[in-house]
Amino acid sequence: MAESDNIVVETAEKIFADLADPQTINNDKKGAWQAPLWQALSEAGLPLSWVPDDLGGSGASLADGFALLNAAGRFAVAVPLAETMLAGWLLAQAKIASPEGEMTVLPASPKDRITIEADGSLSGRARGVPFAKTAKHFAVLAHGKDGASIALVDAGKGRIESGLNVGYDHSDTVTLDRVQPITIKPAPKGVDQTTLMLMGGVARSLQIAGALESMLDISVRYSNERVAFEKKISKFQAVQHNLARLAGESAAALAAATSAADAIANANAFDDAVYLEAASAKIRCAEAAEKGGAIAHQVHGAIGFTMEHILHRYSLRALAWRDDFGSESHWAVELGKLVATRGADELWPLVASR
Amino acid sequence: MTAALRFDPIRLPEKCEQLRKEVRAFLAEEIAAGTFDPHKPNREDTDAPEFSRRVGAKGWLGMTWPKKYGGQERSFLERYVVTEEMRVANAPTRRFFVADRQSGPVLLKYAPEHIKMEILPRICRGEICFAIGMSEPNSGSDLFAAKTRATKTDGGYLINGTKIWTSSAHIADYMIAIFRTSPPTKENRRHGLTQFLVKMKQPGIKVNPIGQITGQYEFNEVVFTDFFVPDDHVLGEVDGAWKQATSELAYERSGPERFLETYYVLTELVRAVGPNPDTRSAEGIGRLVAQLHTMRRMSVSVAGMLEAGKEPVVEASIVKDIGTVWEQQLPHRVRDLAAFVEETATNRETLERQLDFAIKTAPKLTIQGGTTEVLRGIIARGLGLR
Repeated sequence: MAESDNIVVETAEKIFADLADPQTINNDKKGAWQAPLWQALSEAGLPLSWVPDDLGGSGASLADGFALLNAAGRFAVAVPLAETMLAGWLLAQAKIASPEGEMTVLPASPKDRITIEADGSLSGRARGVPFAKTAKHFAVLAHGKDGASIALVDAGKGRIESGLNVGYDHSDTVTLDRVQPITIKPAPKGVDQTTLMLMGGVARSLQIAGALESMLDISVRYSNERVAFEKKISKFQAVQHNLARLAGESAAALAAATSAADAIANANAFDDAVYLEAASAKIRCAEAAEKGGAIAHQVHGAIGFTMEHILHRYSLRALAWRDDFGSESHWAVELGKLVATRGADELWPLVASR
Repeated sequence: MTAALRFDPIRLPEKCEQLRKEVRAFLAEEIAAGTFDPHKPNREDTDAPEFSRRVGAKGWLGMTWPKKYGGQERSFLERYVVTEEMRVANAPTRRFFVADRQSGPVLLKYAPEHIKMEILPRICRGEICFAIGMSEPNSGSDLFAAKTRATKTDGGYLINGTKIWTSSAHIADYMIAIFRTSPPTKENRRHGLTQFLVKMKQPGIKVNPIGQITGQYEFNEVVFTDFFVPDDHVLGEVDGAWKQATSELAYERSGPERFLETYYVLTELVRAVGPNPDTRSAEGIGRLVAQLHTMRRMSVSVAGMLEAGKEPVVEASIVKDIGTVWEQQLPHRVRDLAAFVEETATNRETLERQLDFAIKTAPKLTIQGGTTEVLRGIIARGLGLR
């Protein structure tokens, strides 16, 4: 991603550097850093990047928003930036204006379904919803007899069972029981639950890729500082080769995620080729989170296993992000089915389609 | 960032898609005419001189080279499309592949003008085959330990020594080889090797075939005994080959051939599984396709860097490391999934025959053209660890 020539990313990186320094926020057990960070991000219009001006947002391009998510991954920021961006994007698809404050999207898992009752209220259960606990509003993809609709819901109307993912961020179960939405409109053609999952999956892929870049960075730095057997551990070939593999995983994640983002940003529709890009990104980035994270920890030894060290802020979040908007297992099955349906001789044309 | 590795999303331009159609149509005709069977990668004779000439006549060899040498002045991305379509179709590219990818570009950079005028157009016409003389019996990955001597004599050099694992030497018309012209110095053990153009099929060169574990005979031992090479066949700086070797690597290491070598077993598995796969097969295929797609994106991205005039040696090494490990594991992963394929699948025999061959091919993939260990050393240097 072109971070240097992108004003949205530059703005965000400056805010992250000032207010989300990983060592500082890791030492702050009470989370006092969260409010000022969110305020600064909001004042810069970043959470509503994907919302056009006339719907209350800052109207950045899809590409700029994706680059922003990659940067957010590099800082492993634990505020609902990605979630609010996705919610704003979803609402904007149905020309619903975004309110101020934190938002998240439901459902956040391809298997969950929110339905529209006969009286227009919404019911259903959504598991693993990131930051539901702190959200003021939900952007909801719901299904009724006339197909998919998009709704804005007051978060206070849902029942929330609080939970934490492996990265210690909120991942909650939200139950809607005949909740009247603030606004509900039909989803435009081509926007359905799969579209939402693919968008969410690409967002998570970019965040994972960003976290891996940082894991590579701090692992290389650490290996050049730590001395064992009277030399820097970076001079041991076994360590060098592990770090080379981490660089490969980081590069693969970045390539898959930025390619998928680019494909969506330039697509007219979510066709098979875009589906391949987005599903592949989530699968490959999730694999990289596992393999790359394990190497980063191996290089750090015991210190990286402590709460005091910042490594877990990246490694555990990258692992947690695998689960959101469809795990790699889910997307692998779906992609495998798509490939099988198209047939053996249509596999290569799909892979080579751009 | 310490690393700052970038793999920007490069898209193939429109003209590539037109070209892709032409290549596919050409290959379909060749298959229909019986030139090769795309389902049979395990042919015994991989040399196809007439096919090579027909590819040359299409203008698909030396595509990126200047027109005055027979090239087309087309882009690396267009060459990329031709390469990947040939590879996926299992076309018999052995005769022209090395010359087109590697030897031609070396000549373009280092050969004297009259040699370029003589040889490059013949590569473009698909008439001549190249081999690469790097490894020796006691020097493989440690390139700079090469001992085969080039001793100065009147008007040229006398070559004595042995190259080994030299692919295609038995059919090659030329070899680009490194020979020792001076001993290494204390300060620089890489000093003293010189790159030469060698005309094969001459007295003083003996090519001995070596059987491979696949049952094929593609690589050879090449013995030089007082073999004469004229002065104008020196490529680049005498004693300075080490300065020239690295720029080749980005071309050699990042192409589609670095992850597609065993691709055919994946196609055949999808065929065997049919349109309604069980969950296990679907999941397995989905993961493999996601990994394949990612490597292709990385590889295309490196082609874009080459097109932009960069020398992405570290990025290319990453593509080859990940790509070759993947294509090495692929037949084993496909075998895992093939265990659940119905006995009645019509292509079961084809799949099993292909797996047999791919499993035997697999060990070489992480050795040829730079071992995994060498690649990871290069990546580590790029990370600032060495």
